[in-house]
Amino acid sequence: MFEQLLFQGLVGLSLAMYLWLVSAGLTLIFGVLGVLNFAHGSLYMLGAYFGYSAVRVLGVSFWVGLAVAPLLVALVGGFIERFFIRRVYHIDVAYQLLLTFAFILIFADLVKWYWGPIYQSAPVPAGLSGALPILGRPFPVYNLFVMALGPLAALGLWLLLEKTWWGRTVRAAAGDREMAGAIGVNVPQLFTGVFMFGSWLGAVGGALGIPIRTVSPGMAEDYIIQAFAVAVIGGLGNLKGAFIGSVLIGLVNAYGHLYAPVFELAFMYILMAAILILRPQGIFGTSQ
Amino acid sequence: MRALQWILGLGLAIVLLGVPLTGERFYVYLAIQILVLSLFATGFNLLFGYTGLLSFGHAAFYASGAYATGLLLMHARLSLLPSVLGGALFAAALGLVVGFFCVRRTRIYFSMLTLAFGMMVYALAFDWRSVTGGDDGLIGIPRSPLWLPGLGALQMTALSAYYYFVLVMTAAGVWLVRRVVYSPFGLVLQGIRENENRASFAGIPVRRYRLAAFVTSCLISGLAGAMVAPLENTVAPTAAHWTKSAEPVLATLLGGIHSFAGPLVGALLFYLLQELIEQVTEYWLLWFGVVLLALVLGFRGGVVGYFQHHVLPALRRRLS
Repeated sequence: MFEQLLFQGLVGLSLAMYLWLVSAGLTLIFGVLGVLNFAHGSLYMLGAYFGYSAVRVLGVSFWVGLAVAPLLVALVGGFIERFFIRRVYHIDVAYQLLLTFAFILIFADLVKWYWGPIYQSAPVPAGLSGALPILGRPFPVYNLFVMALGPLAALGLWLLLEKTWWGRTVRAAAGDREMAGAIGVNVPQLFTGVFMFGSWLGAVGGALGIPIRTVSPGMAEDYIIQAFAVAVIGGLGNLKGAFIGSVLIGLVNAYGHLYAPVFELAFMYILMAAILILRPQGIFGTSQ
Repeated sequence: MRALQWILGLGLAIVLLGVPLTGERFYVYLAIQILVLSLFATGFNLLFGYTGLLSFGHAAFYASGAYATGLLLMHARLSLLPSVLGGALFAAALGLVVGFFCVRRTRIYFSMLTLAFGMMVYALAFDWRSVTGGDDGLIGIPRSPLWLPGLGALQMTALSAYYYFVLVMTAAGVWLVRRVVYSPFGLVLQGIRENENRASFAGIPVRRYRLAAFVTSCLISGLAGAMVAPLENTVAPTAAHWTKSAEPVLATLLGGIHSFAGPLVGALLFYLLQELIEQVTEYWLLWFGVVLLALVLGFRGGVVGYFQHHVLPALRRRLS
């Protein structure tokens, strides 16, 4: 009984790390640009499809795909920010949501057209295949790898934002974009950079998922909502919160699956709604 | 101008009443879908265009109307009208509970909260197999006869008969929203949309007004969903999915959010565009996305807004 509890926690944590990688980009973009980006789900999906094509069509190794696919997606993200999202910073939030929603529709069909409507997957890279016995049950080695990568990504992100000059300008622009502009930060260029970086992060999550999770044209719709839930629970724009939010959602999904299958899917949204009602600034947010 | 309005209205009435006379099942079916979406979008826009709250979870109320109607028809064996009205009332009751929480937030937090509640309903419809039938949904919902006092039981098995039922219910629903919008209550809602603080300084209980708008909007959306259950003879959880919530948003934006006719025209355009694009390619969402981009970037008033601000003034100038 206790072992099952622990094991399921491990399953939850591995789910959480995928969620973290998707929601980190979303949260960063919201925190700096103030745009809640529906298209982030599509960028995550593109990361997965590019990675899939690299492995299955070009025949390169999984690692080359993981390195290249997110860079391509970052270019797509840069294009979207530069030519579309930049035009709506000044108008109502509702229209920003709708603009980014348009990209969900566009990319879902583009992907269906190019890769087909069926589910795809890629083999687990050599050296990370198989399962290790943990608590008497087999646990995929690949998930252990992703669980190690998640906190590393968090550390890297923290170092980037807190310890580098670029991170400092990003934080300045997030705090007050006009003042940042006045003291010489090229804010539009910075925004494009942040958007590309956020897209890159999401795509890394997507490309990492292909050996374990299925790749399909509908994945953008599913993951963006989970990423929204994570971002809301941690507090919109709060990266530390997004990390904790991912862990919470991962655990809730894993335990819900085991102990309350009727409410499995609903738990995540109940948590999301509860946070929005009781503490809209999120678990770690300071004020609205 | 007044004469023009009458002519347009009369023409519309003739077209709407004449659809089943074409004898084409496909046209009748398409017309029913357009009517349902126009009602759904009109209900949605009471909240978005008139109260200033963008809901991303309205499919929950649409679906709960459909599910409740389906269950009433299947298990309570009620006739058509009480089942459909029961479905709409159930959606409104759900709207009262959900709205109680949602109106405490505005802007993006409101959108996220409605999204969360909407997906909660989707998740329950999906997982609560014993009541909702799980991912298969409710199957075998009968299109029961419409029982009217004095007329007896009118059979609804023919699609054209059911079309007239949907037409009347849609007209009633749209009329109700129109009454609400042009009532003092509707003006207060628009005042709240324009400036929440001023409205509350004027002594208006903003939250209570928002809640009333929310519940009315859910009632109308539920009515739209309720009419789909007997049409399709089935309801599946996808009716509550957030991508379904996007449909009234798209229709409303297409038609124009700040005019009453916007969602109605938008629903028509939504299906016309879909049919047109599907003649050429199966990837109609792609082109719909492109249209949406153009609307957000260039035509935020929608088609009706464009007509009112550009076409109509030009016409007036030419006539005078």
